[in-house]
Amino acid sequence: MSATATAAWKNVRQEPSWLVRLFDWKPLLVFLCLLPAVGLLLVFLTYPLGLGIWLAFTDTMIGRGGSWVGLENFEYLAEDPVFWNAVFYSVFYTAVATVGKFALGLWLALLLNQHLPFKSLIRAIVLLPWITPTVLSAIAFWWIYDPQFSIVSYIVVDVLGLRTTYFDFLGSAWPARYSLIAANIWRGIPFVAICLLAGLQTISPSLYEAALLDGATAWQRFTQITVPLLMPILAIVMTFSIIFTFTDFQLVYAITRGGPVNSTHLMATLAFQRGIPGGQLAEGAAIAVAMIPFLVFATLFTYFGMARRKWQQGEGND
Amino acid sequence: MTEATAAASDGPEARAALAPELMTWDSKARRVVTLYVPLACFLIILLFPFYWMAVTAFKPNAELYDYKQYNPFWISSPTIAHIKHLLFNTSYPRWLWTTMLVAIASTFLSLFASVLAAYAIQRLRFKGSQYVGLGIYLAYLVPPSILFIPLATMVFRLGLFDTPFALILTYPTFLVPFCTWLLIGYFKSIPYELEECALIDGATRLQILTQITLPLAVPGLISAGIFSFTLSWNEFIYALAFIQSSESKTVPVAILTELVSGDVYQWGALMAGSLLGSLPVAIFYSFFVDYYVSSLTGAVKE
Repeated sequence: MSATATAAWKNVRQEPSWLVRLFDWKPLLVFLCLLPAVGLLLVFLTYPLGLGIWLAFTDTMIGRGGSWVGLENFEYLAEDPVFWNAVFYSVFYTAVATVGKFALGLWLALLLNQHLPFKSLIRAIVLLPWITPTVLSAIAFWWIYDPQFSIVSYIVVDVLGLRTTYFDFLGSAWPARYSLIAANIWRGIPFVAICLLAGLQTISPSLYEAALLDGATAWQRFTQITVPLLMPILAIVMTFSIIFTFTDFQLVYAITRGGPVNSTHLMATLAFQRGIPGGQLAEGAAIAVAMIPFLVFATLFTYFGMARRKWQQGEGND
Repeated sequence: MTEATAAASDGPEARAALAPELMTWDSKARRVVTLYVPLACFLIILLFPFYWMAVTAFKPNAELYDYKQYNPFWISSPTIAHIKHLLFNTSYPRWLWTTMLVAIASTFLSLFASVLAAYAIQRLRFKGSQYVGLGIYLAYLVPPSILFIPLATMVFRLGLFDTPFALILTYPTFLVPFCTWLLIGYFKSIPYELEECALIDGATRLQILTQITLPLAVPGLISAGIFSFTLSWNEFIYALAFIQSSESKTVPVAILTELVSGDVYQWGALMAGSLLGSLPVAIFYSFFVDYYVSSLTGAVKE
C-alpha cells in the first residue's frame, strides 16, 4: 500500500517538473515572452510601414491591386499646388504650435512648481484638455469658432466693444490656419507643462540656494540653472510633440476638413482625403511617405541639438 | 510626497526657509501678479471649452441662438432634450458600447503583450535585449497617420474591415510600445534580490513573474491600463478609416460623421454627445489622477 503511494507521488512530482523545466529554459522563455508584443508590432506596424512605402511606388486604387510605377506618384505630387500647400502648412503649423506650446507650457510648469494651495487639484485640472478625446474638444472649438454664434466674437464685439464685426474664424485661409493652431496649442499645453514640471521637480533646490547666495538674479537662475538642467527632458518632450503635431489629423479633420479651399490641409489630412474617400490609395500612401523625411529630420534635429549632454541626467547611458 | 510638503509649506518653518527669497523680491502683491493672475488665466482658458460644452449641451435651442435676450454664459431654463435626443433617436448607446468594448479589449491585449515583453527585456537579460527595447521604443515614434493607408488595405484583405477586430488588433501598435516602456521602468524599480531569493527557494520563472513581480508592479499595471484605455477611447484615424457601417462606429467618429448632417448643425446635440463621450474618460481620470501623472512623466523620463 505504501509502496504504490510513493510511486504515485513520484509520478505526480516528475510530470510537472518536465514541463516546468521546459518553461525555465531561458531561450524558450524569452521567445515566448517576446512573441506577443514583437509579433503584433511586426505584423501591424513594421509590415504596414514597408507596405506603405511600396504602395507609394504603385498605382493601387481601392478595389484594384496596383503595379509598380516608379516615382510617378511623387512626380505628380511635385506639380500639385494642393500638396505643396499641405507641406507648407504642416511645417508652419508644427513650428508655430510647438513654439506656442513650449513657451506657454514652460511658463505654466514654472508657475505650478511654486508653493501653491490645492496644488494637486490644479495639476489635475490642467491635464484635463489632454485627457478628453481630441475630436470632442475639437468640436467644442468648432462651436467656439462659429461665424454667427462664436462666444469669442460675442465677448470682443458685444461685451468689450473692441470690434464692430464678428470674427470670421474659419471662413478664409489665414484666420482658419491660426484658429487651428490655437486649438492645437490649447490641447498641447497640459502635456508639455506636466512633463516639464516633472523635470523641474528633479532639480535640486540647493543649486538655487547656492546661486542666490552668490547674488544671481531670478533671470540668471532661470537661464543658468533651470534651462540647462531641463534640456534633456525638454529634448524628449519636444521630439514627441513635434512628431505628433506634424502628423496631426484629428483636429484639422474635425474642425475644417482641410477647407476653406484646401488651405488648411495638413499632409495627414490630405493623405486621408486622397487615399480613403478618394480611393487613390497609392497617392495617399505617397503623401504619407513624404512625411517620413520631415519626421526623421525633426527627430534628429531635436535629439542631437538638445540632448547631447546625457551626463546631466545623472545616470549612465541606459 | 510633494503634495504633502506643498500643503505643509504654509507653516512658519517653510516661511523661514523661504525668507531670503521673500526679502529679495517676493512681496505679497508681486506674488499675486506674477503667480496667481497668470495661473488663473491659464486655468480659465484651459477649462473654458469644457464649460462652454456643458452650457451648450443643456441649453434649449431658443436660448442657444439668441445672445441678445439671454446671457450666453448662463442657462435660464436648462433642458435635457439634447441628451434625450441623443440617447433615444440615435445609436449613441450602441456607439458607446462599441467604443467601450474596443478600448477594453485592446487594453487587455496590449497589457498582456507588454507585461511579458517588459519582463523579458528587463529581467531575463538575454543577448541583444537592449536592441529589442530600442526597437519597441522606436515603434512608438511611428505615427498612425503614416500607417493607416497600408493598414486599411491589410485590414480589408484579412476580412476584418468594418468589424471591431480591425480596431482591437491595430490599436496595440501604439499601445504596446508605450506600455512596454512604462513597465520596463516599473520592473526596474523592483529590487532584483527579491527574485533571486525566490529563485534560490526553487521557484520557477513563471512563478516569480506571477507571484512576485506582478503583484509588486500593480501600480505600474494600473498606470499602463488606464493610459491605454484613454488612448484607445480617444483614437480617431483608424476608427475613421476602418469602420464604415453606422452602428459599429466609435463615439468620436460617430459624433463627427453621423451627427453632423446637412447644413444646419445641431450644436446642442453635438455638445451633448461630446460631453457624454468625454465623461467615461473624465471619470476614470478623476479616480486615477496620480497614476496618469506618473505614467505620463514616467514614460518621458525613461
